[in-house]
Amino acid sequence: MLGLNKKDARLLLIVVAITMLAPFILNPFPAGSDLAQFNAGYPDLMQRFVIFGILAIGFNILFGLTGYLSFGHAAFLGVGSYAAVWMFKLLSMNIIPAIMLSVIIAGVFSLVIGYVSLRRSGIYFSILTLAFAQMSYSLAYSVLTPLTGGETGLQPKATDARILDGALEPGEAATPSLFNIAMRDSFELSLGNWEFVFNFGYYVAAVVMIFAFYMSIRIFRSPFGMMLRAIKSNQTRMSYTGLNARPYTLAAFVISGMYAGLAGGLLVAMDPQAGAERMFWTASGEIVIMTILGGAGTLIGPVLGAGFIKYFENIVSKINETVLHQWFYWLPDGLEDFVIAMIYPFVGKGWHLPLGLLFMLVVIFLPGGLVQGGQKIAGLFSRKTADEPQPKATEPAE
Amino acid sequence: MSHSKVSRRGVIKTGMVASAGLALPQYLRADSHTGFTNAPGDSEVVLGFNVPQTGPYADEGADELRAYELAVEHLNGGGDGGMLSTFSSKALDGTGILGREVKYVTGDTQTKSDAARASARSMIEKDGAIMITGGSSSGVAVAVQALCQEAGIIFMAGLTHSNDTTGKDRRANGFRHFFNSYMSGAALAPVLAANYGTERKAYHLTADYNWGYTTEEAVRSSTEAMGWETVNAVKTPLTQTDFSSYIAPVLNSGADVLVLNHYGGNMVNSLTNAVQFGLREAEANGQNFEIVVPLYSRLMAKGAGANVSGIFGSTNWHWSLQDAGSQAFVQSFGTKYGFPPSQAAHTTYVQTLLYADAVTRAGSFNPCAVAEALEDFEFDGLGNGPTLYRGADHQCFKDVLVVKGKENPENEFDLLEIVEVTPVDQVTYAPDHPQFAGGELGACNPGA
Repeated sequence: MLGLNKKDARLLLIVVAITMLAPFILNPFPAGSDLAQFNAGYPDLMQRFVIFGILAIGFNILFGLTGYLSFGHAAFLGVGSYAAVWMFKLLSMNIIPAIMLSVIIAGVFSLVIGYVSLRRSGIYFSILTLAFAQMSYSLAYSVLTPLTGGETGLQPKATDARILDGALEPGEAATPSLFNIAMRDSFELSLGNWEFVFNFGYYVAAVVMIFAFYMSIRIFRSPFGMMLRAIKSNQTRMSYTGLNARPYTLAAFVISGMYAGLAGGLLVAMDPQAGAERMFWTASGEIVIMTILGGAGTLIGPVLGAGFIKYFENIVSKINETVLHQWFYWLPDGLEDFVIAMIYPFVGKGWHLPLGLLFMLVVIFLPGGLVQGGQKIAGLFSRKTADEPQPKATEPAE
Repeated sequence: MSHSKVSRRGVIKTGMVASAGLALPQYLRADSHTGFTNAPGDSEVVLGFNVPQTGPYADEGADELRAYELAVEHLNGGGDGGMLSTFSSKALDGTGILGREVKYVTGDTQTKSDAARASARSMIEKDGAIMITGGSSSGVAVAVQALCQEAGIIFMAGLTHSNDTTGKDRRANGFRHFFNSYMSGAALAPVLAANYGTERKAYHLTADYNWGYTTEEAVRSSTEAMGWETVNAVKTPLTQTDFSSYIAPVLNSGADVLVLNHYGGNMVNSLTNAVQFGLREAEANGQNFEIVVPLYSRLMAKGAGANVSGIFGSTNWHWSLQDAGSQAFVQSFGTKYGFPPSQAAHTTYVQTLLYADAVTRAGSFNPCAVAEALEDFEFDGLGNGPTLYRGADHQCFKDVLVVKGKENPENEFDLLEIVEVTPVDQVTYAPDHPQFAGGELGACNPGA
């Protein structure tokens, strides 16, 4: 189907099914119960899952295939966001021109940065991209304030020009939309105690992510992808055979920059505000961590990693002391305080801690990321029946 | 390898799937109900406290959270009632808000606009919060205020001092109790003139971001109006930790006053550097060299230690105030946590009370009704004397405190002394003042 072999087609179908049914999958606990704290099925987080999934998929095309570790990918995300907001301000609140421009601008920007940075490889490449990203951040934060809004960030306002849209009604706010259906529109479904939210913006982002995922499978399986893997495994040998690696790495860099721009444009489409922190080096680091956590060089890994990180950031960080007391009120007083004192450092403002531990465990025991963990578990159960070695469709090149 | 065999069947199948996917959302349109976003049930109401728990303003955030918890306790009738007894409006009676028990959710803004908006959205979409409050930086406040406007939720700003929050970025659903850069400048200038004379040459070091700009502008225009001259204004990166290279040229610039438009860690470092360079003992133009810090907080004074003694600045509120409201608040905060509250804690506590009171007076949680109740509301007994919530820009107008670092502090909380309480008339400005121009409140948005 769609030019994919059977295994990839199955993976794509699984991804389609998961993204389309996400409102059900992410809200397993009835509203109002203690465990509802762990529900992630609200529009903002669902949108973030798929958008950061796109970002990680794009990053993986560069890092997973060529092995070039870019530490500045957040810059493309930020540039894409700013481009999209400017389209909202100048042209129309329809998200299509905004997203198109954000992809184009991020592509041009990554072409410039890639052209310079790819003259070096290894750690020097990483440092160059980090420097460029940090430079973009500083520019956006202060020098370019008229263009980026500086610290306050950039948001569409009621008074903006918007050539294609008619004037707003008095009191009407500028809302990103796709042909007059607002991204914010949701449909709520109550089944007994369960509540499920189907958000239009989420489904738009999800369709884009499925397309991005499909493109990434095609790139992984193409001769171009093979060439990128060759660069990762031994670039010197490649040059000796008479092949110039740089056009290939540059192409991969630009493609992955455009993915980041797409993610940036979508972020703004869902929540029309672009700030400079989006380009800060920690944001770039987060992308790297997402990819490694899920499994660099695998197809689905980066999406899983992005999901894990966003889940911790948004769900675990909101468990405060009061919530813990609600959970453990049935314990005897002394014991209750003790249990809470043991758990408290790992939740709420300490949400980085369990994530860091998870990351350490993954790097030490599962160098292939969560995907490798999944394969190991699958291997445990299928070894007896299947004599042939477990097929590794998603194994990285080296 | 790629398998690019395009068959007719494949094309049709793909087309069907794609069009089904695109058509699906058409059936999932929102249906509007209750008239406003997150209308609370009959038994409880959820407020969202969105404060920095990590990052450079984590201290302020922690103090804000303490104040919020205290406010919720008092609203629900617990504790000693705090400022409820001194508040001029007697609508609140300790039975929650409109008979509903007050619950709250917390979130971490990380002092980043993106994270703050994500956290606020999860409060609105997941937890059903009817009001969002908090923030320890103007960038975050402006970002969250705009979000609340779009979502149809009331935003009660926490610690945000930039003019823009109620200036060019003002929103109909957003309200600020804290004072702003303009008020700092207007309150400080007469005190500076009285103490340092009108023949002064000032040198500004300004944090290179939005708040820095508006503060510099405000202090500059107020001091220049009294006859001071501005020799130079240099922008410093927000992430700077060593200001030696910025302080060194100050002595030879012909200036005799250094204005540090810095906040938080920036101010602690720049002031420490300036003192180390001997600026306090220096003389220029035949006068003693002086340093001014437009926005002071107790937490900053604590960080800078003995360096703050004798340095002028302004603050929204200080726990040593003697009016009944401040005393009641310090009393109940101190009983619960064991130390006096900061100005961040005060403003967030007051904002929560003001919101609850406005809902009660309006008799509805509808944001438009609440906004109407808050607009042009005059109150007293919340620590700053008679105060007006101006309807034209949703900014509170009240007396501003000019403070000075204590020469001999008795303990780690007793670091500032109040020099003057600048009356509200001196710091009042027109809603379309040039420093606040370019913004429009728009209409209030009750959401879905």
